[in-house]
Amino acid sequence: MKIQEFSEGVKDTLPIMVGVFPFGLAYGIVAQTMGLTPGETLLMSLLVFAGAAQFISLPMFAEGAGLAMIALTALLINLRHLLMGVSLAPYMTGLSLPHKALLSFGMADETYAVTISRAQASGYSGAYHLGSNTAGYVTWAVSTACGILLGSRISDPLSWGLDFAMPATFLALLIPRLTDKINILVCLVAAGVSIIAAVAIPGKWYIIIACLAASAVGGILEGAENDEN
Amino acid sequence: MMRTEVVITIAAMAAATFFTRFASPAMLGGSDISPRLKRFLKHVPTAILTALIAPALFAPQGYIELSTGNSYLIAGTVAALLAYFRQPPIVTMGGGMVTMLAIRSFAI
Repeated sequence: MKIQEFSEGVKDTLPIMVGVFPFGLAYGIVAQTMGLTPGETLLMSLLVFAGAAQFISLPMFAEGAGLAMIALTALLINLRHLLMGVSLAPYMTGLSLPHKALLSFGMADETYAVTISRAQASGYSGAYHLGSNTAGYVTWAVSTACGILLGSRISDPLSWGLDFAMPATFLALLIPRLTDKINILVCLVAAGVSIIAAVAIPGKWYIIIACLAASAVGGILEGAENDEN
Repeated sequence: MMRTEVVITIAAMAAATFFTRFASPAMLGGSDISPRLKRFLKHVPTAILTALIAPALFAPQGYIELSTGNSYLIAGTVAALLAYFRQPPIVTMGGGMVTMLAIRSFAI
């Protein structure tokens, strides 16, 4: 294992984790009020490791929804991971299947964004990827545990405006990518489509719809540019 | 304390989530990706990052809000400007968060 690349992955991911922590706290707090036990609450963070799916499952548990319903909802909400996986897959071809499985388990929005940015800028490294995932996983587990311990002693941290930490972290990753005309156009298309779809369509579909539309525009523009040259 | 049926449901959620994460890397090799798909994939990160951010800033309550009353949009603009002037991520986020907390504490 390349210790230096691993710690670079941790280091590049930690600032982003400032935005994740309040979500883990909120999840830990809300899960208690929805009737999950502390053990179940923590187990879900350790096994599922997917904020949006975990949050949405809470009212379903409270209403007594069945296993199939809850698992299917988790599947649908996390379908965006398929796209992220497709974009990371070409970099991971040299790894063994167990390594791929381990690194895939830790792929969340944040760790994906950090890892793919590094891969596109200066090359992919499995150790870096693992470092990023580890930082994300430990943060999610620790923040969940803190939320469980704090319980109802503090009000919902997201109501203080801490939910803004998430878009702020992604802005820090997005803006440096907007270096040429095509990238800026992809961003504008994704912004327009995602806003309209988020308002018009329930659930997380807006991410997938906007990603497909904007990436297709980017791919077509780049193809046209290559033909000219 | 854990209830068996809850633990089994959590395990099913975990399996479903893991499937979405592992399916692509498990099935896709490097050679079976066409140049056309490669050009598409190159833009997936920018597209996904934008899709995660834009609705949270422009429609934080579930409807489009283009006004100075939208604290997410104002704080997001500050963060975007900091990022544009090549500040490190922690400064971008810190500046955005300070703006957000300032708006919250003075306006409400």
